[in-house]
Amino acid sequence: MAEEKSLSPEARRALTERDIPPAVMDIERGHVRRFAEAIGDDSDRWADVAPPTFLRAMLSELPSAPELEAFPQMLDGGSDWEYGEPVRVGDTITAVTRFASVNQRNIGVGPAVFLQIETRYTNQRGDWVATQKNTLIRY
Amino acid sequence: MPDTPFWEDIEVGHELPTIVKRPSTRQLVKYAGASGDFYEVHYDKDFAVEIGLPGLIVHGALKNAYLGQVVTGWMGPDGVLRKLSVRYRGTDVPGDDLTCSGRVTKVYEQDGAHLVDCALTLQNSQGEQTTTGTATVQLPTKGG
Repeated sequence: MAEEKSLSPEARRALTERDIPPAVMDIERGHVRRFAEAIGDDSDRWADVAPPTFLRAMLSELPSAPELEAFPQMLDGGSDWEYGEPVRVGDTITAVTRFASVNQRNIGVGPAVFLQIETRYTNQRGDWVATQKNTLIRY
Repeated sequence: MPDTPFWEDIEVGHELPTIVKRPSTRQLVKYAGASGDFYEVHYDKDFAVEIGLPGLIVHGALKNAYLGQVVTGWMGPDGVLRKLSVRYRGTDVPGDDLTCSGRVTKVYEQDGAHLVDCALTLQNSQGEQTTTGTATVQLPTKGG
């Protein structure tokens, strides 16, 4: 079986204190349309406004964390979204992400790291549009 | 597009229209492209099997989107989605029928807003609830 692996308290602290550069994305009509097609939602609501989970597309910009190299596989645990102003085609969205908490626990396959990733999204006017709290399990 | 229901007309226990999804591998590839989530477990079967999965699995965030559609489809153009939460309790496989449904659990006013809470479930063809969730929606009132 795999060797016992663990995340040191220092590595955990380094993750929660890390300054992650903000991600910036222009909300393009074609991208919103492709996203609506990909989720199979043909509502004409999404001609000008992004579907509620669209901003997920900005999370893939997360920088790699060397502390987590021993835990290469990922499971998505779930998300809590809160919404403010709508995200409209033509907006420029800034996403500020941090690791809100990092904990190690054992799951069926062995040691795993539970990451609470909190992302706050604002538009080009500085209005708050959404916050996503995502639980990511790495093992 | 269905109209937006009035807050006064909604009661606890009200069922949101159910949606059945059957994501194909092709759909998962489209979702990978549109969302930027290129984790191989969603389109590379050899990779998925090698890390111990029975095969390809559906993106959790795609199931999140399905449950979001249950709510946004029901609330119509004048409803406002305030919160959406999901918990993934099991993995789903492409080609399976995923039944996405919702039910009103609370109707209330808060800070002048007229709100409705919903419980959401996504069930596979074996009848297992592989994803559960909640949503809070703001609805218009008859008084305007």
